[in-house]
Amino acid sequence: MRSVILRATAPYLTALMVLFSIFVLLRGHNEPGGGFIGGLIAASAFAIYGIACGVASVRQAMHFHPLAIAGAGLMLAVLSGCLSIPLERPFLTGLWAFPAVLGGDVGLSTPMFFDIGVYLVVVGSISAIALALEEEDS
Amino acid sequence: MATPGLSPELLTAATLTAPVRLANYLVALPVVVPLLFASGLLMMRGRLRWQPAVAIAGMTVLLVINLLLLRRVASEGPQVMMMGAWKPPFGIAFTADRLGVLFACAAAVVALACTIHAAATVSLQERRYGFFPFLFVMIGGVSGAFLTGDLFNLYVWFEVLLIGSFGLIVLGSEHRQLDGATKYCFLNLIATTFFLVATGLVYGLFGTLNMADIAMKARSMEPNGEVVTIATLMLVAFGMKAAAFPLNNWLPASYHTPRFVVSALFAGLLTKVGVYALIRVLLMLFPAERGGLSMVVAGVAAATMIVGALGALAQSDLRRFLNYLVIAGIGTILAGLALPLPLSSEPTAGPLQAGLSGAIFYAVHSMVVMTALYLAASLMTRRADSASLHEIGGLWRSSPLLAAVTLVLLIAVSGLPPFSGFWPKLMLVQAMIGGGMGWLAAVILLSGFLQTIACARLFALAFWRPAPAVDRGTDEPGAMAAAGVRAAAVSIARVMAEGRSEPSMLPLLVLALLAVAIGLWPQGLASLTGAAAGGILDPAGYHLSVFGGAS
Repeated sequence: MRSVILRATAPYLTALMVLFSIFVLLRGHNEPGGGFIGGLIAASAFAIYGIACGVASVRQAMHFHPLAIAGAGLMLAVLSGCLSIPLERPFLTGLWAFPAVLGGDVGLSTPMFFDIGVYLVVVGSISAIALALEEEDS
Repeated sequence: MATPGLSPELLTAATLTAPVRLANYLVALPVVVPLLFASGLLMMRGRLRWQPAVAIAGMTVLLVINLLLLRRVASEGPQVMMMGAWKPPFGIAFTADRLGVLFACAAAVVALACTIHAAATVSLQERRYGFFPFLFVMIGGVSGAFLTGDLFNLYVWFEVLLIGSFGLIVLGSEHRQLDGATKYCFLNLIATTFFLVATGLVYGLFGTLNMADIAMKARSMEPNGEVVTIATLMLVAFGMKAAAFPLNNWLPASYHTPRFVVSALFAGLLTKVGVYALIRVLLMLFPAERGGLSMVVAGVAAATMIVGALGALAQSDLRRFLNYLVIAGIGTILAGLALPLPLSSEPTAGPLQAGLSGAIFYAVHSMVVMTALYLAASLMTRRADSASLHEIGGLWRSSPLLAAVTLVLLIAVSGLPPFSGFWPKLMLVQAMIGGGMGWLAAVILLSGFLQTIACARLFALAFWRPAPAVDRGTDEPGAMAAAGVRAAAVSIARVMAEGRSEPSMLPLLVLALLAVAIGLWPQGLASLTGAAAGGILDPAGYHLSVFGGAS
């Protein structure tokens, strides 16, 4: 799209949306949000960037192919379930650890890694579709 | 290792604390392994030439896991894992009983054979579009559907396998492929919606989605119309997925359009998932309502058998012909689900048990043999350079081994001795006569007779007769030699450019040997299917394995 305003604001808008999507992803365990909705926000950020600056620059900025990102997410989700195997718990059991970092407890859990996996699957597959559609247009 | 927000007392009340050994993980691994390989292959986009080797290794691992699980289930009874350690009936149960594991094993055999075939036939371009990842996603969905013990989770696995199959069926993006894919997707989505609606009704009525729990609650419930509605909706939904008459027309309209190896996978696996779900839901969960629908199922089975056999007689395209044989096979399986309820108080004996055992046996046979036939059709089309029976001929002279293997498979699929199709048909016919449904036995035999004629026609046209005089250049030796050299050069160039090569006969031979072995030594499989049928009709053992005698 040949709009100077959009092209000038798109990088800031995209950065803000990706940041917000990570915020939504991390608050999703006990509050509204989570990997799926966070992934949709991030994918729409990439779509906006693609509309403003062209698909090629999005692909360059993402570095990995979107589908490879989706694959990595699927693997992360499955592996977070497999962490139960050495601890002799059933598949996908929620495991928690609270390492003390900088004087506060940081809650690390397999549900969180599973959710990050979902986030990556959604980001990868939706932006693959969006970018393919934008390429079709131009 | 505490979950925040839950007190220790609550946690012990809601979750299981018994340690889970690696051997117990066999129940979950048939799903975990394909998904891991699917994700790994998705990330291997830059290593397209390595993908086939990785895929074959993955399918081999899956087959070994399934065989280990089968051995364990056959000796120790159903195996259960509660996902996330939540107690039943609230957590999602994975319950591997004989029926599910037997289907999962057959699926793994078929998937491995198709992967080996695909390694030689799927081009680099198609690999880039994600053939192997989609394949593993689909197999993961199929395994999950066979092993889950939760009705909503069954719906989820149906969706997973549909996502994989959508990706596979549009591979190539030709016009007619998109046309076939549209029909396939649309009808499958309708069927899935029916299933979802019925699942919602089940939850509203029983307050549980755990299959073991539903089975027990439905058995102790007074007969009422709501359960009949649910059973009918499920019959429609899974009947559509299994391509039963009158909802069968999507199959011949779509299965001949994708790559041959994709057709082989779909024919072997997807309709059988529908049959599996019918057995699980109608016979295990709602047996009394299924008894009421007995005549409906019998009519559907008879019509499906006849439509399939007549359709096969009328077709001249190799895969359209095979599509109708798949439908005829589905009808034969459904016949085993149609017998009336046993009158005696002993539910695990009598004609219904024998018929169900025959149906399960036939389904396993059909998975192996139909996949093998599609792979054989792939080789025939490659060698004759045509998929039309008007143009193929004389293959017996040029490919004697392929001719012999195809003959074995055609005899097996027609249900003639001594191969794998004969015994389950015998079991079914005996059960029909014993259950007072002699007319259905007659339909099975009639359909088998028509299929025999259709198969004989295929063999006579494609193999026996001399190659028809289609305009393919002159017959002079010099010209033929030149054509041969040119064809060899083209195929070498194709191998270099696309990563394709002539597919080996190995997977076809192994599947055919399996069909022969089942035909010659049916006892082992028959006792297994008998036990599987018993476990479905009397789910006490299934229930005990999930709830551990408590509840």
